[in-house]
Amino acid sequence: MSAPVREPSRADSPPAITGASVRPGDRNFRFLTTWSGILVLVILATIAAFLVWKSIPSLTTDSVNPLTYQAWAPDADPPAWGMSVLIFGTLWTSVIAMVIAVPIGIGAALFIAFYAPPRLATGLGFFVDLLAAVPSIIFGLWGLYNFMPQVVPFSEWLATYLGWIPIFSNEKELYTKSIMIAGMVLAIMILPTVSAISREVFLQVPKGHIEAALALGATRWEMVRMAVFPFSRPGMISAAMLGLGRALGETIAVALILSAVFEINWQITEPGGNSVAPNIALKWGEAGANGRSALIATGLILFFITLIVNMTARWMVNRRKDFSGAN
Amino acid sequence: MTNADTHVGTAAETPGPSGATAQEARLPYRIEIKDLNIYYGDFLAVEKVNLAIEQRSVMAFIGPSGCGKSTVLRTLDRMHEVTPGARVEGQVLLDGQDIYAPNVDPVLVRRTIGMVFQRPNPFPTMSIYENVVAGLKLQKDGRHRGRAMDDIVEQSLRGANLWEEVKDRLSKPGAGLSGGQQQRLCIARAIAIQPEVLLMDEPASALDSISTLAIEDLIRELKSQYTIIIVTHNMQQAHRIADNTAFFNLAGVGQPGHLIESGPTHVMFNNPKNQQTIDYIQGRFG
Amino acid sequence: MGDATNDPRVPEGTVVLTASGAGGPGGPTAGTLDVDPDRLTGRRLPRYAAWVCLAVTVAVGVLVRITGITIIGLADWVVALAASFIGYTAWTLVVEGRRHAVDRLATTAIYAAAAAALVPLFWILITLVVKGFSVLSWDFLTSTMRNVNPRAEGGGVAHAIVGTLEQVAIAAVISVPVGILTAVYLVEYGRGRLAKAISFFVDVMTGIPSIVAGMFIYTFWILTLGFPTSGLAAGLALSILMVPVVIRATEEILKIVPNELREGALALGVPKYKVILRIVLPTAISGIITGVMLAVARVTGETAPLLLTTFLAQDMNGNPFSGNQASLPVFIWDQIQRGTTASLDRAWGGALVLIIIVMIFYAGARVLAAIYAPKKV
Repeated sequence: MSAPVREPSRADSPPAITGASVRPGDRNFRFLTTWSGILVLVILATIAAFLVWKSIPSLTTDSVNPLTYQAWAPDADPPAWGMSVLIFGTLWTSVIAMVIAVPIGIGAALFIAFYAPPRLATGLGFFVDLLAAVPSIIFGLWGLYNFMPQVVPFSEWLATYLGWIPIFSNEKELYTKSIMIAGMVLAIMILPTVSAISREVFLQVPKGHIEAALALGATRWEMVRMAVFPFSRPGMISAAMLGLGRALGETIAVALILSAVFEINWQITEPGGNSVAPNIALKWGEAGANGRSALIATGLILFFITLIVNMTARWMVNRRKDFSGAN
Repeated sequence: MTNADTHVGTAAETPGPSGATAQEARLPYRIEIKDLNIYYGDFLAVEKVNLAIEQRSVMAFIGPSGCGKSTVLRTLDRMHEVTPGARVEGQVLLDGQDIYAPNVDPVLVRRTIGMVFQRPNPFPTMSIYENVVAGLKLQKDGRHRGRAMDDIVEQSLRGANLWEEVKDRLSKPGAGLSGGQQQRLCIARAIAIQPEVLLMDEPASALDSISTLAIEDLIRELKSQYTIIIVTHNMQQAHRIADNTAFFNLAGVGQPGHLIESGPTHVMFNNPKNQQTIDYIQGRFG
Repeated sequence: MGDATNDPRVPEGTVVLTASGAGGPGGPTAGTLDVDPDRLTGRRLPRYAAWVCLAVTVAVGVLVRITGITIIGLADWVVALAASFIGYTAWTLVVEGRRHAVDRLATTAIYAAAAAALVPLFWILITLVVKGFSVLSWDFLTSTMRNVNPRAEGGGVAHAIVGTLEQVAIAAVISVPVGILTAVYLVEYGRGRLAKAISFFVDVMTGIPSIVAGMFIYTFWILTLGFPTSGLAAGLALSILMVPVVIRATEEILKIVPNELREGALALGVPKYKVILRIVLPTAISGIITGVMLAVARVTGETAPLLLTTFLAQDMNGNPFSGNQASLPVFIWDQIQRGTTASLDRAWGGALVLIIIVMIFYAGARVLAAIYAPKKV
């Protein structure tokens, strides 16, 4: 049965094909990769478990409702702190960022995909990606010392002429370090995310749809509305959601630009407001044990909000894959 | 294992190897397929195949698209199971040894049975030389070194009728060759590991007619040393190069494929017994 | 003749030649004469339309500037742009009709969006270069903040450069193997529930806010396990952010390695792990390197996790395993907080050095990708 040496006369000796059905090299390598994947699961489980565990002490000793209370004194006796201000500020700055970044990002993506000559489109795509490479500390530095002084006149104009709209009103007559300026800097930071993903989605629109629309005599904008938007709507929404995910978690730029006042502030042109991630960065150093536990609790909430946003985005992308008919 | 000489019938008929070559000394069967059912997950793709293939001959699998001829071919060197969820029932005997027995190493089976694919697939990171010896190098037996390796490269490339065309640029990337040259490089790569059997899955379907003729000439030469099983959708090609032909068909979409009839090629093409074979050969469908 | 051109089956404007054409007066030209001369060219704005708009913009701008008369306090250039924009749209509406007016409106908006996306980029880059280069000197690159009054002039970023490079290197040393191996598992082996779970939680991990990663490492590594604050702790925090990026990038690349290559190698009797190590990964290496370098570039600029894990040092600390260590982002953060002219200059200098390092990683990604890409000739 066993014939390790191959005879010239092939008919006589059956080939040697028996052996371990799983080779040691295969087994070891598979083991290594599988455990590497499991390690990722373990790390994530540790992070989640640890954050929950470490946030429990401050949540149980809080003398007020930690979700609704509007002040931050976790190291006082008794501890009194709440995260409503922080969550409000995070959401409010992110909403402003979205209102600005989504139309501009999608417009820039449309320009690159359908309007610009190919060479210009490549260059432009590269530059937009380059914007994504700028570290957030640099956005903060530039936002504070270069961008903000240029926006203040605009804020004044908004408060003067559109002040009858509640969010633009400004009783303090101060226009720096406002929610709007923080939101605008966030918008610039998430612009490349929104634009790059939308561009990818636009480039996947089947050529046939586009040519069919143009062949029917549609103008370019009608082609975009008839052929491009219906196909890419889920992708555009998910681009916006991923941008939102980035805006929600941004720390340093907002910490530098927004003046940290612990109050719910709807007026976007006035200084003041707060946000989850910057609050952690600013308060961590001086916080006591319970203070850190409370900060961890806010970080946990931020993690969950980001998670829901990101999951929604991915779900929409995957759903599109299922019935887009693109392939 | 005692059934090396067992005569195995086919689904429709029982054509022996004796028909055309009665006078010659009978060679034992190289491969026998017994009651083979092939599944993708729960889907039965091919049902109850029984077939015997002689050594040093060319066997062609023909049939309409989706009839399972490529699937059967891939079970012969255990490449079928590479697809997730794919499995087989039944036996495939290689010189009497069941390659699906529990103690068989599929890697060793694939070293004994080489395979050439529909689309040429030279390794893009390797030169022509490295492509030819890729199998030997990656099999990790340090038997071949230096000059021995050079000899194997030359023999294999000569065997694949490619040596004269590439001997001056062995260190150039394999991906830079033409489609027909790439396919012959893949054949050289397959024969460099000295297999007993060569499986070819529509090896010429992606090539132009001149390259196709070159591959067919090569197959006729190779059969003096190898048992060759080739899947083709081109009946003229089967007629030109195959000693024996097996016809597969399926009743309809979603139905399993079956082996309808097999036998010496000239019988299959001139005197088929099954009505489905007659219809297919005469071009009524497929 | 007339009957033929009115025949609904004959497309409008077709030149119809009949046997009687030669005999009938004016016959051969009858068909062409019926054609509307604007049928293909349409009613379009004249070519000089854009110049007219530009002229209107300048004129209105100058007018507002000189007279000081404006609408609800808008700046002169805003009024000028708005005036020419409204005028242009109205002109199109009258001449070309509603559909084309909407199209021009949309085109203008899309061009404006593209411009608006580029303005901040160039604004930031120019500011960085102008402010940064005035600070940048050999001295700035090679000295630390040791014995330098942080509010006064002098000092440099040498310690921060060393810290950043070491922390990013630690993050890469941890994340690259874990990321690539996990991606290999997901693409080459992963089936069933475990693979689905890993894939899902990699997505979850992608969404971890960077400050949360820092908080976790601080409480877990430093408070609970009792390790000292160090560059290593910072590297660990960065690797939490980097691992999912490396996994996703590698996964995307491995998925586009053609299956034929795997099958071709398996059919040669090569064991699967060698197929992966010697065929699949080398084929994909150029894309993997790009993905890794982009991930490195991304974490290089992270500030928040470093603030919580390694704080800041004013002196050089070459040992990433013990003691506080500076890094460029935290250096910039610290200098901004000091708020003096000298410290802000240093912040800009540090920012320029940081972006140069990030750009080197980006450029390196392109160069390495080109070197390792499979060659055709």
